[in-house]
Amino acid sequence: MTIREELQNVPPEKLVVEGVSKWFRTRRATVHALDNVSLTIHEGEFVCLVGPSGCGKSTLLNIIAGLEIPDSGQVLADGKPVTGPGRERMMMFQESALFPWLDVIDNVMFGLKLKPNLTRKERREVAKYYLHLVGLEKFMRASIHELSGGMKQRVALARALAPNPRVLLMDEPFAALDALTREQLYGDIQRIWQERKKTIIFVTHNVREAACLGDRVVLFSPHPGRIQEKFQIDLPRPRDINSVDLAKHSTEIRGALKRHMNLDPTLAEVVG
Amino acid sequence: MRRTLVVIAFFVMLFGVWEALVRMKIWSPVLVPSPLSVASYLWSALKDGTLVRATVVTVRRLLIGYVLGLLFGLPLGLLTARFKFCEDTLGVIALAFQTLPSVCWVPLALLWFGQTEAAMLFVVIMGTLWSVVIATDNGVRTVPPIYARAARTMGSKRLHTWIKVIVPASLPFIVSGMKQGWAFAWRSLMAAEIYVTILSGFGLGYLLQAGRELQAMDQVIGIMLVIIVIGVLADKILFSPWERFLYRRWGTAKD
Repeated sequence: MTIREELQNVPPEKLVVEGVSKWFRTRRATVHALDNVSLTIHEGEFVCLVGPSGCGKSTLLNIIAGLEIPDSGQVLADGKPVTGPGRERMMMFQESALFPWLDVIDNVMFGLKLKPNLTRKERREVAKYYLHLVGLEKFMRASIHELSGGMKQRVALARALAPNPRVLLMDEPFAALDALTREQLYGDIQRIWQERKKTIIFVTHNVREAACLGDRVVLFSPHPGRIQEKFQIDLPRPRDINSVDLAKHSTEIRGALKRHMNLDPTLAEVVG
Repeated sequence: MRRTLVVIAFFVMLFGVWEALVRMKIWSPVLVPSPLSVASYLWSALKDGTLVRATVVTVRRLLIGYVLGLLFGLPLGLLTARFKFCEDTLGVIALAFQTLPSVCWVPLALLWFGQTEAAMLFVVIMGTLWSVVIATDNGVRTVPPIYARAARTMGSKRLHTWIKVIVPASLPFIVSGMKQGWAFAWRSLMAAEIYVTILSGFGLGYLLQAGRELQAMDQVIGIMLVIIVIGVLADKILFSPWERFLYRRWGTAKD
């Protein structure tokens, strides 16, 4: 721990990514998805991973979740190596991945049923609490196909929160939503993050979204996936996606992104 | 309510036209009996118990064979979807046998088991099994992988994931496979019962064939009606609840 961190009273290290590399081998080609990536995330931090598609940010999230195994390096959660998925680290996907055969509340209870020492009644109470937190307790008996895209992601959020994980891993969870719904969810996620004191790692390719949500924004570049720069965003919360102060930060990050992309001319058009 | 009235009116009219045509004596009454004589056959068969006994015999064969077919078919379908080895062996057999009209099992069943209940059960099981295996296999393969990933992050492991995620996610396919299996089993059982006399119990197919031998057209038509009613009831009792569930949850169209 550095003197600066000591003086600033930095919370303990929650997740440590140590020199993680990952290759994907298909019959036709080998893709170098992550190249020696290291990152430390502190308890209660909101970290956004940004970069163009193919930069390995989702792969890193999957490795932190324990859904993928790195080819070299490791991830430590609370000092212990991650070897598989665990309830301590819940994942939210771009598609809601809600189960259509269950209604809303049963979806939220799915993870709770796998948690020992909870009675039926307690599980229902917990599920209702989180549905209330995302503003959907009126829809607990609805079927998934009856919900709008934004409502689905809210239910998915409630389902991820229900087993009370310390860490939330979010893989472009709002990318498929319309702008208005997204803005509402920016507010919701910041409120819930503060109320429930979670550590959040949020993957996105939307720079402004990253600047709006993150305490820190980590910029990735592709082929192979590497961390290029890290940005500290010290703005008061809750933040509004349309605020001018935020624009300053997102312009800075976008500039850096373009700079790094220009080093790789084949990808210049991705940023546009 | 109005639609029910339309249905009732339609059938009353149908029977009316039938009765009128018979009274006009266009055809020999031996070939086209009046609806009243069909009804009186059904009534007497009901009173002396033959109809109930035959129905019980047939429905029991069908249900036992069908349930056995499901009990074997579902896990086998899961195996072919899960393991490459099972896919390349059992899966190929299932595909091959599914193309075989299930009536074609009747001669083999008779040679193997003789004119016994076992032969009838075998025919019904063969009718059900392969459809269920293939539908389950298809269903599992179309389950979005993200469901299993989401379940894993929530702490679900192997067997739990299969029972609580993969199987329910495949339900739309499994139910349509169950329906197809039922249709195959029902048709092949009728064929088998008409084809041979099974001494341990006279089913509806036997009564139908007996009607032909006695040239009793009222019996033939009466038994056909009973077979239709059983088919409709089976659809309503066995499959409608599933289809309502699928419709409610998946929002798929009712068919």
